[in-house]
Amino acid sequence: MKRLVALGAVILTAAALAWAGADAPARTGGAPKPVIVKAVKGERCVESNEFMRRNHMKVLNHQRDETVIEGIRTKKFSLKQCIECHASEKTGSVAASKDDFCVSCHSYAAVKIDCFDCHSTKPQGSMAMHPLNAESAHYAHKLAATAGSKISAEEMAKVAR
Amino acid sequence: MNTMKQKSSENAQPASAERRRFMSVAGATAAGLAIAPGVMLVEVAHGRPEDQPASSAVRWGMLVDSTKCATGCNECVSACSTENGWTPVAESKHPKQAPQWIRKLELQDPLTHHETNLPMMCQHCAEPPCVDVCPTGASFKRADGIVLVNRHTCIGCRYCMMACPYKARSLVHENLHDTQKPDVPRGIGCVESCTFCVQKVDRGDGTTACVEACTAAGHNALVFGDLNDPESEISKKLREIPTKEVRADLNLNLGVRYHGI
Repeated sequence: MKRLVALGAVILTAAALAWAGADAPARTGGAPKPVIVKAVKGERCVESNEFMRRNHMKVLNHQRDETVIEGIRTKKFSLKQCIECHASEKTGSVAASKDDFCVSCHSYAAVKIDCFDCHSTKPQGSMAMHPLNAESAHYAHKLAATAGSKISAEEMAKVAR
Repeated sequence: MNTMKQKSSENAQPASAERRRFMSVAGATAAGLAIAPGVMLVEVAHGRPEDQPASSAVRWGMLVDSTKCATGCNECVSACSTENGWTPVAESKHPKQAPQWIRKLELQDPLTHHETNLPMMCQHCAEPPCVDVCPTGASFKRADGIVLVNRHTCIGCRYCMMACPYKARSLVHENLHDTQKPDVPRGIGCVESCTFCVQKVDRGDGTTACVEACTAAGHNALVFGDLNDPESEISKKLREIPTKEVRADLNLNLGVRYHGI
């Protein structure tokens, strides 16, 4: 009987250790790793993954000055082109939810970006995705003007859809 | 040795003469291209490849014929807000501080009661006061004469708004919550104004949203084009009809000219 209890204790300890062992990597793993979803459009990126991971900020900064000041609008390294391919299928955006392409890594690396204070996070032609954008707001405004009445935000959203 | 030298110089003589002839022909051809600016400048203006910078061979400008500008018509303003993604002032929660890239003015002579309609926007000065006063260099004039704000360096101090004699600039006071157009980035804390639809110009459309809307509405009060090209529609019109600059006394050499004011 004593032996049986001892065996049971050994088994339980081993099980507990195994359980603890299985749990250990998750505890020491730190923050959850970023989710990197393959781009929706396009076969491959304009440069290798390694290059883009290290240098995307440099090429984007360079491109932005050329585009704004000189009017050079080449597509390689343009932020609009990044968004075109990398916008998530779920949200249609690169920065709307925490798993979206840009946000996913940037929140993991704790690097705050202000690109999307000004730039749209969605590709061209995704009007349905912003029900309150100026296009639909303007459309609602026109409707309201012809009807001679004010229109609510909910109604505007409906009109956009 | 001497004879050889002689020979070689003899050889050189006709060759260089030929070269001179060739050069003069080439020069004439080049001059011919320059003389026919209809061909060359239109190419520069409308077919600029996307990897080429904007060129100072072009100067974009607009002609507003206020005699054709209709009372109560707001097509140009709506088209601008749709193209560039700014909320119409009537829609805004804070109309007094709402951004406004173009606005319609209705003026009346107090003596004769004659009414004049015209759109007012950035006049795209050749000597822009907004560029003079900008402390960070964010307000700048592009090579093709379009006056823009580089939002990457704008700190929102609003000196340019005070310097502008045309009240053409606005500050974005509120977060836009990702309602911007992909082609037209704009955001909180930055000054903005009419860009002559720079995204359309760079695409090679050769026109702006307000001009398209005015033409579509059948008023034809607006003409957009290259002021440097003597064969462009706008240059021909400017030669034909008398036009004025608003506040011509400031000597800013405006890109927007008005007829009938």
